[in-house]
Amino acid sequence: MAAPKVISRTSTQEELASDYKWGFVTDIEADIPPKGLNEDVVRLISAKKGEPEWMTEWRLKAYRYWISEDYREPRWSKVSFPPIDYQDIHYYSAPVKKEKGPESLDEVDPELVAAFNKLGIPLAEQKALTGVAVDAVFDSVSVATTYQKQLEDLGIIFGPISEAIQKHPELVKKYLGSVVPYSDNFYATLNSAVFSDGTFAYVPPGVRCPVELMTYFRMNSEGTGQFERTLIIADKGSYVSYLEGCTAPMRKTHQLHAAVVELIALDDAEIKYSTLQNWYPGDKDGKGGVYNFVTKRGKAAGKNSKISWTQVETGSAITWKYPSCILQGDNSVGEFYSVALCNNHQQADTGTKMIHMGKNTRSTIIAKGISAGQGQNTYRGLVKIMPTAQGARNFTRCDSLLIGSKCGAHTVPYIEVRNPTAHMEHEATTSKVSDDQLFYLMQRGIKEEDAQYMIINGFCKGVFQELPFEFAMEASQLLKVSLEGTVG
Amino acid sequence: MTQTPTAAATDRYVDQFNALREEREKEPLWLRDLRREAFDYFQRMGWPIDEKRDEAWKYTDVKPIARASFRLPDAPGAALTDEDIVRLLPFDEGMSRVVFIDGHYAPEVSRIRQPDHASVRRLKEAIQQDESFVHGHLARYSAPHHDASVALNTTFFRDGVFIYTDRPLSAPVHVVYVTSEHADPVVTYPRTLVVAGTNAEVTLIESYVSLGTRNHFTDPVTEIALGEGSHVTHYRLLLENTDSYSIGHVRPCLGPDSTYKSVVYEAGSGLMRLDLEVLIEGPGAFADLRGLYLTRGKQHLDNLVSIDHAKPHGKSRLYYKGILDDESRAVFGGTVYVQPGADKTDAYQEDKNLLLSDRAEADSKPSLEIYADDVKCGHGATAGAVADEAIFYLRSRGIDEQTASRLLIKGFASEILDEVGIEALRVFLEERTTQSLPRFQAGLAA
Repeated sequence: MAAPKVISRTSTQEELASDYKWGFVTDIEADIPPKGLNEDVVRLISAKKGEPEWMTEWRLKAYRYWISEDYREPRWSKVSFPPIDYQDIHYYSAPVKKEKGPESLDEVDPELVAAFNKLGIPLAEQKALTGVAVDAVFDSVSVATTYQKQLEDLGIIFGPISEAIQKHPELVKKYLGSVVPYSDNFYATLNSAVFSDGTFAYVPPGVRCPVELMTYFRMNSEGTGQFERTLIIADKGSYVSYLEGCTAPMRKTHQLHAAVVELIALDDAEIKYSTLQNWYPGDKDGKGGVYNFVTKRGKAAGKNSKISWTQVETGSAITWKYPSCILQGDNSVGEFYSVALCNNHQQADTGTKMIHMGKNTRSTIIAKGISAGQGQNTYRGLVKIMPTAQGARNFTRCDSLLIGSKCGAHTVPYIEVRNPTAHMEHEATTSKVSDDQLFYLMQRGIKEEDAQYMIINGFCKGVFQELPFEFAMEASQLLKVSLEGTVG
Repeated sequence: MTQTPTAAATDRYVDQFNALREEREKEPLWLRDLRREAFDYFQRMGWPIDEKRDEAWKYTDVKPIARASFRLPDAPGAALTDEDIVRLLPFDEGMSRVVFIDGHYAPEVSRIRQPDHASVRRLKEAIQQDESFVHGHLARYSAPHHDASVALNTTFFRDGVFIYTDRPLSAPVHVVYVTSEHADPVVTYPRTLVVAGTNAEVTLIESYVSLGTRNHFTDPVTEIALGEGSHVTHYRLLLENTDSYSIGHVRPCLGPDSTYKSVVYEAGSGLMRLDLEVLIEGPGAFADLRGLYLTRGKQHLDNLVSIDHAKPHGKSRLYYKGILDDESRAVFGGTVYVQPGADKTDAYQEDKNLLLSDRAEADSKPSLEIYADDVKCGHGATAGAVADEAIFYLRSRGIDEQTASRLLIKGFASEILDEVGIEALRVFLEERTTQSLPRFQAGLAA
């Protein structure tokens, strides 16, 4: 069997030395309505996608909530940025199809294919080379979906959410907004009103999804905010692993990214969700970069269900993201593994929420933060034990590593316990790369820079090993690129 | 015009402020300016409720205090004898003792052992006799604009204790702030100022007690300045009735190589918030902070402890523990700040909660904010019931279940109480801990 090759980013030293190697703009005619947001734009987005009435209404309900007075961006997070002009953003952009639309991979816009090839997704060879089905989101519209047939045979639905709204309205209606309601927070409400596309996956009862589902997000048109909506449902006794990898081209102005991800795991089901986020972090002086304000939440609704989040966050100028688990079913399990890196002027306020409701629910949080340059990295996490969560357990470990004297590392855990049978453990440490460890490696002939990378890699190992193999390789490579020039 | 209850309550403060004009006239100009500034701040900012409630007040709602009116007592509502004090607080033999009843100095039960090279006296007296010295320190550490309670204390404090020494102080100083029983809710603003000079040693015990069971409000501020190489040991006992409110501020500022040790013991109050705000102002300073809080009934105790490492080579240790029963709620917020350049800082904080009831709630937020890279910082938090395995272990050795629980709870508390260096005080606190927990007593009876 050929080794699964997902995104070949095995880089040469020259490539590593360049500032941001995935920053290029593909010249594709984009179909863009004017900037700004009002009810007409919401209706237009809905109409463009040929959505049914109930969907349009749902969007409008969110929009009306969003414009209500006193509804603002959350301000408790430890990030700072100039106010966002929401009327200066394009809310929809779809690549213009030159013909009727691709019927096979060969008919996809050659420029798109070239762009994907630059990114390393060998769309044309996927079947042969990869064990992964890719739903590539280029800007907002999914252009090509593969492996559809094999998945269909198993009854797995995997494709753009716009398609699911048409073909499986009963599933979308039932679950959309059931974990992240339209009124959840400022960014999630905005997303509910204007979401352009995203991924929908449904795994039927008892089915173990044989491949790792994957979506590759990429923001393209300048000035376009991207508002994906992801909905994954694992029915009773099923299993699915989902990967999300991201790069974005270099931009002068900030780009807003406000996605919503909802996961639902029914009885005995398991969802594993892995993210590799490498959007443009801005230049060395903190100019440009993506604002990544994302709401991700999973509901372990059924008994013995499990939701596991793994994230490697190296990109974006600002990350505001708390992949969470609502542990509703008895014996359900929630996991959160995270590596967040802030270099130059990057800011991250990220962590998780574990809400224990069911009996004997368990959660594990492993968060590793790395700060370099003038980066500010905050872990913020909530563990809440409700009175009904008899015998709940949580283990939290968050470690921070500081590289240089101008950065900051912060840990803000919230622990709320309302059941005496709960067992909570929280540990956190903050330190720099230890001189003793460095000395140990260097006296064995390893160069200082390599020794630093080895130690940093080891620091993140607990999280990397949770990633699918090829993703783990890439994550470690990405870390090295992102830290270029800060160590050694 | 209709007024919100809050506005009415603020008006009450304005009336009180105006009523004290005459008394203020006798005070030095700087103090009058300070009070004016503090009151302006309070009028502008008010209590941290509704839209003003921020992250620091996430788990504690002070609306009951903001909406109520409290009377400033003109005279002590009760007289106490030495026996009364010994009955209430039987541990201060051989110590200096300064007692205030309803904010008024009670000379009949106070005894100040005035040592050489030191000054232990009433703050009011110190302001008159040592004006320029007090001026240099008062409100320098607890800024009036810290929050509403410090602003109110600065506006209204009448008296308190002033300690200055530049040698080791031979006897501990026990300060007792008593609130007596009144028909209507009263408020007191105790103010304590300790200035420990170079290489000085001071032991301070602050006791807060109420004589009755009715609601009252205590708004204390304690400022402690530690000079180079000085040692201050600070015990703070909150034993007020469980219908009372207390919002306090303790502000130790640590000079080079100084050591501040504190044990906070909280068994009283219905709604309490204590900000212990430690500043490591000089290199090589060490802060050792311990706390034990016992809650039952509907008590709500909130401890916010922050340690600001502004200088390098500082060390801080924080161990807080809580035993929660009934429908009570305990909140712990701990923050370790390490400022840029405060390298070689070594900080650790830990909060552990023991929940005895399934209706109790423990909220813990031990956070780290670090801006220097050569540091060693950590924190930990746990919460849970008495471990079944531990009870089983003891029962398998022939100890009955209640005794086993009692032993385990006592062991849990002793990790804090063992740090109390004064034998009589430790014994008193151990007994008090036993009494505070009815389940404990059941265990004793068995």
